[in-house]
Amino acid sequence: MIYRSLFPRDIFAEFDRLQRDLQQAFDTSPSIRGFGRGGYPALNVGGTAQSVEIYAFAPGLDPAKIDVNIDRGVLTIEGERASGLPAAEAKAAVHINERFAGRFRRVVSLPDDVDPNAVGAEYRDGVLHLSIRRRESAAPRRIQVQ
Amino acid sequence: MTNNVSKSEESRRDAVLPPVDVIEDATGITLYADLPGVSKEALNLRVEADTLTIEGEVGLTTPEGLQASHAEVSVPRYRRVFTLSKELDPEKIAAELNHGVLKLRIPKAEHAQPRKVQIRVS
Repeated sequence: MIYRSLFPRDIFAEFDRLQRDLQQAFDTSPSIRGFGRGGYPALNVGGTAQSVEIYAFAPGLDPAKIDVNIDRGVLTIEGERASGLPAAEAKAAVHINERFAGRFRRVVSLPDDVDPNAVGAEYRDGVLHLSIRRRESAAPRRIQVQ
Repeated sequence: MTNNVSKSEESRRDAVLPPVDVIEDATGITLYADLPGVSKEALNLRVEADTLTIEGEVGLTTPEGLQASHAEVSVPRYRRVFTLSKELDPEKIAAELNHGVLKLRIPKAEHAQPRKVQIRVS
């Protein structure tokens, strides 16, 4: 019993994860939230004068099963990723298991001037790209004084 | 010589370690790597001696004048290096890239395949 708790089954995977975490910390870390640990999918958000652009790094999904909703200015990306690992009874050893599996949900608050009816969504090479147009009426306009 | 210099420069460029799953069964090893944003053309797989290198460039279509306000992926490159063991056959690696997930199948060499030993009862 003691042996078992001292040596959990996938201790090598644990070591590998530790090593990876350390390496990530010493390497030029991509961001303060890191990558992969911050959540799945990782998000990059930006904007232009005409639109808000959101990139969700969500590899290995069926595009038909990604749920994207906009409700009162809040964008939600939801779905589930199946695990590629073999069943427990299969004669296979899992040496490293770092990839995310299971249900995910990420929420982004959108600026007030976007048009929820003008959303472009494209899934390519495992990246979901959402482009949400800003309203014409929100563009700054000069008012003539009579 | 120049080749060596450019290669070491290349390996110094910042890259993200992609998360992987590695599964071994009786006939070989299956490796899955998450490489979102990497197209088939931007993926670079190399086997040199017993070293397997996975490298990929992220290619995103961005509109003109895009100003990033929040970035969790700020290095547009993945790299991960593995050492292959002797019983694996690097000649027969099969690679598949689907929706940003790379699947590698590395079979074991003929002599390392499991074999059933017949026991004769006399």
